[in-house]
Amino acid sequence: MVNDMLIFIDIARQIMGIGALLLGSLAILIGALGLLRLGDVYQRMHGAGIIDTGGAGLVLLGLLLLSPDWTVAVRIALIGGLLIMTSPTATHAIARAARFSGVEPILSTDSKEKEG
Amino acid sequence: MTLTLWFGVTLASIGVSIIIAILRASLGPTAFDRVLAVNTIGTLVVLSICVYGFFDGRPEFLDIAVLYALINFIGTIAILKFFRHGTLGDHLPPEDKHHG
Repeated sequence: MVNDMLIFIDIARQIMGIGALLLGSLAILIGALGLLRLGDVYQRMHGAGIIDTGGAGLVLLGLLLLSPDWTVAVRIALIGGLLIMTSPTATHAIARAARFSGVEPILSTDSKEKEG
Repeated sequence: MTLTLWFGVTLASIGVSIIIAILRASLGPTAFDRVLAVNTIGTLVVLSICVYGFFDGRPEFLDIAVLYALINFIGTIAILKFFRHGTLGDHLPPEDKHHG
């Protein structure tokens, strides 16, 4: 009885881990498309933000659910905490440096697109 | 094992995204596009190191991923400070940009 319960928990953990990995892959692809197709530095930061939060968070959650050992899980949690702390700081620094060095954001929603 | 297939799918999508980010880093009009793309490439390389450790069955690669995440953040901040105080500095003369 307890053995059946453990097998069920293991299968559910693997299914949830694979689902999180696939959703994270989808988020990474969407963020990369945004990084390629959007028109401005400040708009492209949305794509980078999708990769940094949604993609990295979901892929690391999937690996955390699929981890075979608790030391591996601790290391994945360490990487996740590090990415959560550092990547918004880096994106904020890029936006601040771009703003202070005179890169103007696209503010109007007209049909004409400014290149750069 | 059937888990290897899903790790492979994740690695493939991370690889495609790295190629797209390299494209953006090569044709980005301003320097900040390139810095943003390089930062994104660093995050994706950290993720791909983690997933490759699981793909290969050797999760010892995670230590390398921790180090790479730290070095990526420090490198981005260093490049931005170089842009701010080197070539695009507001109170430094532009001839002082070859210090570091």
